[in-house]
Amino acid sequence: MGGYAFYVWSAYAVFVGVLTANLISALRRRRLLLRELSKTASQQTIDDAKT
Amino acid sequence: MWIWFHKLGSPKYFYDLSGRLLPWLGGATAVCMLAGLYWGLVVAPPDYQQGESYRIIFIHVPAAWMSLFIYMVMATSAAIGLIWKMKLSEVIAANCAPLGASFTFLALVTGMLWGKPMWGTYWVWDARLTSELILLFLYLGVISLRSAIEDPRTAARAAGILTLVGVVNIPIIHYSVTWWNTLHQGPTISRFDSPAMDLSMLWPLLIMVVAFMLYFTVVLLLRARCDVLSRERQSAWARALARA
Amino acid sequence: MNQPAISVAYMTLLRRDIILAYRNRAEFANPLLFFALVATLLPLGIGPDTELLSRIAPGVVWVVALLATLLALEGMFRADFEDGALELMLISPQPVAALVLAKVTAHWLVAGLPLLIIAPPLAMMLYLPVGALPVLLATLALGTPVLSLVGSIGVALTIGLRRGGMLLALLVLPLYVPVLIFATSAVDAAAAGLPVSGQLAIMGAIFIMSVILAPLATAAGLRIALN
Repeated sequence: MGGYAFYVWSAYAVFVGVLTANLISALRRRRLLLRELSKTASQQTIDDAKT
Repeated sequence: MWIWFHKLGSPKYFYDLSGRLLPWLGGATAVCMLAGLYWGLVVAPPDYQQGESYRIIFIHVPAAWMSLFIYMVMATSAAIGLIWKMKLSEVIAANCAPLGASFTFLALVTGMLWGKPMWGTYWVWDARLTSELILLFLYLGVISLRSAIEDPRTAARAAGILTLVGVVNIPIIHYSVTWWNTLHQGPTISRFDSPAMDLSMLWPLLIMVVAFMLYFTVVLLLRARCDVLSRERQSAWARALARA
Repeated sequence: MNQPAISVAYMTLLRRDIILAYRNRAEFANPLLFFALVATLLPLGIGPDTELLSRIAPGVVWVVALLATLLALEGMFRADFEDGALELMLISPQPVAALVLAKVTAHWLVAGLPLLIIAPPLAMMLYLPVGALPVLLATLALGTPVLSLVGSIGVALTIGLRRGGMLLALLVLPLYVPVLIFATSAVDAAAAGLPVSGQLAIMGAIFIMSVILAPLATAAGLRIALN
């Protein structure tokens, strides 16, 4: 990179980091939510079966 | 057109529609990103004046544009949420803020890393960087206000007002900072705005802008779907989904 | 039954707030003392170099004025919020924006106007050129009302929140940037003998815009915060 390697690659590294972090955080939130909802749903089924 | 807009108010409709669009949008994002990065990093020739360091432009400029564009989306959603009390609008506005702050941060950092080889210092009080810094504070203010208020409806409305006050101020702030910068201008002229860009550099830049837009849409939809699902968890369709 | 005119409502609320402020004189002296203290601390920290101090004097006076205003802002609606008077104001038949304007006016008279009085001696201590002093006062006269007006929006949005003070600063300081830039530029220009009409005109425009729009935003914020 003509001597500017550190700057160019650092910039691109931050770019990859920021975009990956946002994506992973979104996917993670979805996974956790689905897990929580399915737990509530199975609990609901058990409660419904009891009554 | 209006019928479709009204349909969008239904959480289930939004959830299903976005679910069908996401794979396509995700694929398009990946394609554009890879194409833009390859074209910008490998194919485009080095700059006459700046050599290879100008390649930072392919992420700095799209990030800066996104930081402003996302604020406009956030302000529009906030306005719609305040006026028509549409819950989906509130969800969209809430999820725009961290994304917008991320892009503003990215624009700042890449700007600094571009500035060091060019001007010798990491930070320069030039109009663009200073405006971006203040924009970051505006985003952080909206995020902080929303998280400080407990009731989500009140939080959404308060953050909405703050967003609209910010949107009115952004042109004023930008104008004043630009004006301030010309007052205290040193001999160097900002290199962030090249006079006319050669096509071989313009194309990858435009592709990266499209890639960033697609990425923003994908992550926004992912997050918004989570919020919608969470809000509607008591409804029949959400429970059916959870059981599956 | 006839409703009182808006101007009557405005004057009544304004008078009430000033009397209340007078009864709590000590509380309102704090931001002023802060202003004087910090302006005194700076030369102690930077050194008494005349030329350096006179060059940074406009910026210093204005930044300290900003911070002193921030300190004073929190009290704007607090007392009325705590004893329920604010809710009564919101359900009154008078337009809330007019009532807000009365409270902001009172706040400025008590917290902003004194800054104008105490600014000249401080400017002298920081070696501000005498020729620039009238312009400094003009910028403070045009600018401090804007600080109170725009600040009131932040206060309304953060009412009742714990640690609302820090959040208020974060929300409101970015919005103060244009006032700061044009005010200090005007004083710098005056110190150099250059024309200041442009900067003062822009500050005037910002003032007018704030008087018209800020009370509306503050009223909306109060309604949101109180229900």
